[in-house]
Amino acid sequence: MNEEHKKNDCLFYNDPESLLLESGQIINGHDIAYKTYGTLNSKKDNAILICHALSGDQYVASPHPITKKEGWWERMVGKNKPIDTNRFFVICINVLGGCMGSTGPASFNPETNKVFAVNFPIITIADMVKAQVRLIDNFGIEKLVSVIGGSMGGMQALEWAASYPERLKSAIPIATSPRHTAQNIAFHELGRQAIMADVNWNAGNYKDKNTNPSKGLSIARMTAHVTYLSEASLTKKFGRKLQDKTDLGFGFDADFQIESYLRHQGHTFVDRFDANSYLYITRAMDYFDLEKTHKKSLTEIYANSNLKFLIVSFTGDWLYPTSENLMIVRALSAGGVDVSFVEIESDKGHDAFLLDEPEFDVCLDGFLKSL
Amino acid sequence: MITLRKDLDLIANLVEDNSKVIDIGCGNGELLNFLSKNKNSKIQGLEINQKKVNKCVSKGLSVIQGDADKDLGLYPEQSFDYVILSQTIQATLEPNKILTELTRIGKRVIVSIPNFGFWKVRLDLLIKGKMPITSKLNSTWFETENIHLCTISDFTDLCDQLNLKIKQTVTIASNKQKRFSGKPNKSENIFAEEAIFLIQN
Repeated sequence: MNEEHKKNDCLFYNDPESLLLESGQIINGHDIAYKTYGTLNSKKDNAILICHALSGDQYVASPHPITKKEGWWERMVGKNKPIDTNRFFVICINVLGGCMGSTGPASFNPETNKVFAVNFPIITIADMVKAQVRLIDNFGIEKLVSVIGGSMGGMQALEWAASYPERLKSAIPIATSPRHTAQNIAFHELGRQAIMADVNWNAGNYKDKNTNPSKGLSIARMTAHVTYLSEASLTKKFGRKLQDKTDLGFGFDADFQIESYLRHQGHTFVDRFDANSYLYITRAMDYFDLEKTHKKSLTEIYANSNLKFLIVSFTGDWLYPTSENLMIVRALSAGGVDVSFVEIESDKGHDAFLLDEPEFDVCLDGFLKSL
Repeated sequence: MITLRKDLDLIANLVEDNSKVIDIGCGNGELLNFLSKNKNSKIQGLEINQKKVNKCVSKGLSVIQGDADKDLGLYPEQSFDYVILSQTIQATLEPNKILTELTRIGKRVIVSIPNFGFWKVRLDLLIKGKMPITSKLNSTWFETENIHLCTISDFTDLCDQLNLKIKQTVTIASNKQKRFSGKPNKSENIFAEEAIFLIQN
């Protein structure tokens, strides 16, 4: 186990069996770090799995051990909230390849007595899900009430429904896509190049040298963060407002509030995220293509699945726009699958799924109550 | 027990228990909700207005946003026991194509229409010389979504033309209904305000 994470307020599952990855490589004795909320009932039929996004983690409804900020979806998960922990046993797992306790590139490789770094095998969304299934098995849970996730979490929900439909009563993929588009890949490549261009990255071996490619990772985060917002939300929040200034500085300091905000986003991210993990997880998302992985059309993948789907998109999301989500809706309809689809009016961009959107809450609540 | 709008109640009566049903243009999901709770139907809805879709989903109904004119092609052949198109066909771009599509995706099709041949409608047009406004047709000509209004006779003619068999008709006038096996009597084209047709392949 990752020593530094032992002190974190979460649980660990050490998988006794090796995991055969989509690439053909094998991981042995990996750890899965997770959090649970609510109580698993005696029939073990009230569990919901929440899958986190690229920069998320298992702290969905409790304070983050590093930033001390509240859980990333605390407004949605908890007592008397749409994902009601009075009723549901909620599990949230740090993805394989992550850096909050689950085995990833920052973990120690027992076979070499060194940190994995870039010797960590390339993982995919299907691999992340495979590792999650093992933990669900270990709980003795046969069927989840739902698997819910936004963005990369939505990809995991789609993969769950594709590979393990009999283990689910429902799936709720939010603001996601059945495959990464050229634009999605392009933005990730910018982030990766920024990390790898940092001299401190050192071909991935920065842990050995006790350095950190924080500049690169921070630029990666700044770029990505812009893609999670929208022009409307940026204009509303920042406009051309200056930061602690009354006039332009005629230099390259952060004159504008938006610059200062992005720099802050970058700085705080490096405290809680591992740069190599960022490379691996963005790669997993870029490789995501359900039709390629399953060698079938989207319709064939889900045809006659006996579970209910709720697909959610947001009008202001240009990273995973409604049109991408509709591809899933159409495939499900064509396959005769029980599907609901809502598009929520919001100008908050891709991040809307994490933010205050009351109509979204009501829809999710109604759907879960119908199960 | 849920009480339903009269015409929806008559439609629900035509649906056998435990069927797979799609309601095209399901609005706020009133009929779907009834069918799922009282008839144990496996329901699916298609609605063009996103706000109404969200309302349906928040009630736990399986509904997606879509356009009857464009999206029926999505569904496989004979994938539903019943396809319901209630008070919607007159608002579609190509009613003839839609009717064909409905019979492709459903084993049985239920269509309800406001009857433009109803005597009050005729009288309005005859006396006032203006587009009629009645309880069923309650918008002005420039605001109405009804771009393809028809009479009962127009509709049964279209079914004949498309070789579709009307198994049953229910007509409604001032809250009284009449049932006909097959097409309704000719006089219903004057006296019925509304008609519901059960079409079977």
